[in-house]
Amino acid sequence: MLEIRDLHVSIDGKEILHGINLVVNPGEIHAIMGPNGSGKSTLAKVLAGREGYTPTRGKVLYNGTDLLQMLPEDRAREGIFLGFQYPVEIPGVSNMYFLKTALNSIRKHNGLEELDAMDFLVLAKEKMKLVDMDEGLINRAVNEGFSGGEKKRNEVFQMAVLEPKLAILDETDSGLDIDALRTVADGVNALRRPDRSIVLVTHYQRLLNYIVPDKVHVLLDGRIVKSGGKELALELEEKGYAWLENGTGSKPAVMS
Amino acid sequence: MIDLVDEKNSHISNFAEFERSMNGRHPWLASLRKDALARFEALGLPTTRDEQWRFTNISPIAGTAFRPADPKPDSLTVADISSYTLCEARCTQLVFLNGSYSENLSTVKFLPKGVRIISLAKALETDRELLEPLLLNSLSEDDAFRALNTAFMSDGAFVYLPPGTTVKEPIHLLFLSSSRTDPTASFPRNIIVLDEGSQADIVESYAGLDRGIYFTDSVTQVLIGPNCSVGHYKLQRESPSSFHLTTLHVVQDRDSSYSSHSVSLGGAITRNNFNVVLNGSGADCELNGLYVTKGHQHVDNHTTIDHAMPNCTSRELYKGILDENSTGVFNGRVVVRKDAQKSNARQTNKNLLLSRHAGINTTPQLEIFADDVKCAHGATIGQLNEEELFYLRSRGIDRDAARTLLTYAFASEMLAAIKIKPIQCQIDLVLMNRLSRHETTRGLP
Repeated sequence: MLEIRDLHVSIDGKEILHGINLVVNPGEIHAIMGPNGSGKSTLAKVLAGREGYTPTRGKVLYNGTDLLQMLPEDRAREGIFLGFQYPVEIPGVSNMYFLKTALNSIRKHNGLEELDAMDFLVLAKEKMKLVDMDEGLINRAVNEGFSGGEKKRNEVFQMAVLEPKLAILDETDSGLDIDALRTVADGVNALRRPDRSIVLVTHYQRLLNYIVPDKVHVLLDGRIVKSGGKELALELEEKGYAWLENGTGSKPAVMS
Repeated sequence: MIDLVDEKNSHISNFAEFERSMNGRHPWLASLRKDALARFEALGLPTTRDEQWRFTNISPIAGTAFRPADPKPDSLTVADISSYTLCEARCTQLVFLNGSYSENLSTVKFLPKGVRIISLAKALETDRELLEPLLLNSLSEDDAFRALNTAFMSDGAFVYLPPGTTVKEPIHLLFLSSSRTDPTASFPRNIIVLDEGSQADIVESYAGLDRGIYFTDSVTQVLIGPNCSVGHYKLQRESPSSFHLTTLHVVQDRDSSYSSHSVSLGGAITRNNFNVVLNGSGADCELNGLYVTKGHQHVDNHTTIDHAMPNCTSRELYKGILDENSTGVFNGRVVVRKDAQKSNARQTNKNLLLSRHAGINTTPQLEIFADDVKCAHGATIGQLNEEELFYLRSRGIDRDAARTLLTYAFASEMLAAIKIKPIQCQIDLVLMNRLSRHETTRGLP
């Protein structure tokens, strides 16, 4: 599904990622953990194609094709979804129109018939139930005036509608109270499929109590310094990140 | 170098011909016209050395010799002009071709008793008593184009509502221009009078039927009585090589409310002079404007809101979307007179520049002589937000469509303010076609 080889990324000439290696197979859930400023969000954004995040070395293969050469919209059409850490408010554009346009762009790209407003609404209502989202939000402007929790639900709702092959969820748990966290996690779990991979970018271990990952990676200072199974997350919870900061930091972890 | 004197002379020589064509009709106007022409001659065409015209260079207008527009151009049918009319509204519609009233194309519905919606040419014959003081007052301002309009005015719309009447359907005044040979000029003059307690929605549309060079110099005077409620919509989609210079002069009496929505899309050079005088206590006005330009278009909105009496409120929001090499001007003047205590004025101008070569000059001009007032103003100039663009693109919407969507979103606030559905739909459609570079965004909500 996704293969990242020795990826270096700079922002404004400053290198943030210093050689990331990561392989995500179909159906797997990977958690990328790390303290603030470790480069987690940079990795998420560069995979989605954010301008200004410049890959300077290395390669990313997505289902065998060179991902870094693709425009953000083409990545989305090929099945990549980024759940934003800070979903953007867009006054004047209704959530409904936005998501219908997005879905139809993807459907068209895949040779599927476009949905009309009625069919889309039926689909949207069904998917909103998945994250227990207030139906009224579909007619509001995209994320405008949404609470933190509503924004995160909206991200997972969009994921449910767009049905990506690879979802990268950037701090989808941040700013959620425990009930909202459970709802959002249930939504993500309901979207697990053998052919869909999920990369969870998170600061805290608590999300992983609800969405159990196959692999956990620790990102420190732009490098993956440790990888392991779900038990690694618990170890981090107990010990923090400090014990990883010495010694292991320089060698990129090799994944299978 | 363009010789300004020649152009002035071409209007002046046209005037003799125009006078002959009037053939002694409305003799009471003859001296007014002559005086206006003399005024125009004395003022001369403005240049960028004039404070009010600093950022608007009209030399392309000065450099063109216009002849008065043919009052009877090619025969058109109602079907030919259907994309400009408000068909669904089933409203009264006066249609003007090159500035002259066309009875064939117009529709006058059943109207409440005493309401008059007729051509100015006809009103000049029948309503001299009402018109004379309004026309004579119009020369008090020093504006060459307004003087020129007065010199050449012969037609336009006349709307009169007697006290306490309501016209439910919008009143549409549609000005269509066509210029296939020489550059032509037309001088529509509209007079709208609402007597105490009356209500109406007026729509002024200006459109070009072809891509010819022509010059619209229009003046609209709106006189609003006490307790009236007026909606005024203007949709300007003139030909891309035309010149559109207008004066809109509104005087409001006490406790009246006036809501204006002006959309400028066409024209090579557009200048809207818009003056509202809040001339009675408790009057309220709302001025909403949207201008959308591309190519080498230039649009200039000069607005003045004159708080002449106490307890009046005004809210002004003008938004601009400027693409390619186009330029714009917003000059928002708010005057609060000495006795106009408890005035409340708010002015906002927001601009979206879609290209590095587009530009806007925005100037708030507050002149406050009273001490117990609330006045606020603000202006912004910005580009499309990269975070928003990325958010849309990350969902599969391509760059062009995302840009269109965000540009439309910027304008949508203005559309939402339009309360009359058929007008909103028409403006929405025209705007969408204008902004769309990409088919996926056709038919936006």
